[in-house]
Amino acid sequence: MGDLNQAMIEKYRTSFLKEVEANVEEGEWVKMCMQCGVCSGSCPLGKFWNHPPQEIFMMIRAGKREEVLTSDAMWMCTSCYNCVVRCPREVPITHIMHGLAHYAKRLGLTPKNQPTAEFAQRFWNNLLKKGRVNELKLGVSLYFMNGIGPGVKTAIKMAPVGIGMQRTQRMSAMELFGGHAIKDLKGFHAIMQKAQELEALRIAQYSVAPRPTA
Amino acid sequence: MTEIVATNETILVVGGGISGMTAALEAAETGKQVVLVEKRPYLGGRTTQLYKYFPKLCFPTCGLEINQRRARMNPNLTLLTLAEVTRIDGTPGNYQATVRLHPRYVNENCTACGDCATVVNTEFADEFNYGLSQRKGAYLPYRMAQPQRYVIDPRIIGTPEAEQAKAACQYNAIDLDMTPQEITFPCGAIVWATGWQPYDAAKIQPYGYDRIANVVTSVEFERMADPNGPFGGQLVRPSDGKPAKKVAFIQCAGSRDRNHLLHCSRICCMASLKQATYVADAYQDAADIRIFYIDIRAIDRFEDFYNKVSAIPQVKFIKSKPASVTVDKDGNPIVNGVDTEGYHRYAEPFDLVVLAVGMEPAVPKDAFPVPIVVNRAGFIEAAPENGGVFAAGGASDALDVNRAVQHATGAALRAVQVVNRVRGVGV
Repeated sequence: MGDLNQAMIEKYRTSFLKEVEANVEEGEWVKMCMQCGVCSGSCPLGKFWNHPPQEIFMMIRAGKREEVLTSDAMWMCTSCYNCVVRCPREVPITHIMHGLAHYAKRLGLTPKNQPTAEFAQRFWNNLLKKGRVNELKLGVSLYFMNGIGPGVKTAIKMAPVGIGMQRTQRMSAMELFGGHAIKDLKGFHAIMQKAQELEALRIAQYSVAPRPTA
Repeated sequence: MTEIVATNETILVVGGGISGMTAALEAAETGKQVVLVEKRPYLGGRTTQLYKYFPKLCFPTCGLEINQRRARMNPNLTLLTLAEVTRIDGTPGNYQATVRLHPRYVNENCTACGDCATVVNTEFADEFNYGLSQRKGAYLPYRMAQPQRYVIDPRIIGTPEAEQAKAACQYNAIDLDMTPQEITFPCGAIVWATGWQPYDAAKIQPYGYDRIANVVTSVEFERMADPNGPFGGQLVRPSDGKPAKKVAFIQCAGSRDRNHLLHCSRICCMASLKQATYVADAYQDAADIRIFYIDIRAIDRFEDFYNKVSAIPQVKFIKSKPASVTVDKDGNPIVNGVDTEGYHRYAEPFDLVVLAVGMEPAVPKDAFPVPIVVNRAGFIEAAPENGGVFAAGGASDALDVNRAVQHATGAALRAVQVVNRVRGVGV
């Protein structure tokens, strides 16, 4: 991962914007931002971001690679799409935020202990096992994400909810032991393996093929 | 029955705003026969609703008076008010125009004495003031209206008030039996000068125009500043009449926005700079004016005006397109957003918010009674396919008065060329 990061730095030494355009989902829209600020003002979580979207776009153009990719700003996006519907240029801001987060992860630059990244990884790992999300395991693992003490506390607090769900057959305690899978689990794993191969190929292409310069 | 003397050397001008008036007068003053068709009961269009012009801050009444005089003096000009073109048939040099005439219920005997209005009590929203005030059912559209004749609102026709108005008239000027009529006449060339309309601010949902009383549009603010306007020229809030000293101007309200109008409306930056001077003049040191903008588009000589307004200490520029306007319990609109110079989050209360609304064509894309090439915004293109139909002014693009008048003069020349060919003197 670290090597890929180094390779990208070498390749796009002069233009982080070009790197974003080539590697980030919907990244080619970044240059369309006219810095009006509607996205930042419309974000319901905006005040918790260290850099609002408008600033992120400006930083990309200003070549602030390190600061953007290690930022936790894009991880704060909750996909409410308020910015996208209001953007006068119809820039797909939400998608770019997720694209940036995804790219930062590929390069191994995700901030340590970033809760959204942590949750996403746990969700993914959980899903990969059985082709279904094991909600009980996912929930319990999140309770204990920050250590045994807070985990026990949260578990006790949430116990009545769990018991209620158990009683109404919305959840089974037996899920803790293995849990149920989809019908063709082998097929599912084959699909996922193939998808990951294709994705790896795609990423490798970016880091090898030189992009024509304007 | 209205009779129009016209031939295929006649030029038809559709729309009697500043552009249509200009095109009609310029053509008529070359000796051509011109029929000018205007939907409103008077000439001048939206220019009549402006308080001052930018950048000179002079009064539109001045130029309008000159044009009205030119119109009255010219025997080549036939003016039809309360009239709409419903159909055009034919080819360049040989058109047939069909025009629908709506009844004014007042004839040429009217001296504008106003006796009819004193006996009519029913009031309607005054369209001249964008509904910010009421006018009577028998009314002079505005003080300088040309023709200087009263109008009876069709909504009081058939009521006893209409009869009372008729009885009050000493000049036998009220004719309640007038009916709509349709006339057809030939013409050789057509100048299409149907102008623009302000973009519907209620469609810009986050700015709350439809639900916050103290959020107004720039065209409404223009009426508010006018001493002959709805508030006697006092810059006060519509909700409670308190002075509007702290005023926010929000630029690009509807313009340069793919959710609304794609184009830059060109006039709004200058309009807000101009309106900022209204507030500064009215409240001097107590004024607090903030202009929220993406970028100020004041080109050429307008840049001098921008510099002049920038030098007013009470005027501040904030580089930010606000995200939303909310309201506090006292009815103060609050402008919310993040600025681009430091990314500071703001939620600033104001007395009044003015939305600098964009310009869109007054005639919707599919409502032209004649085949015509329009661009994606609905403005008329200068296309050969339009034949002897030429756009003038705001119907062709978002233009200020100055550019509209220049454009209209050019359109008049085009029309003159067509009818000269009919006569056999052109090539």
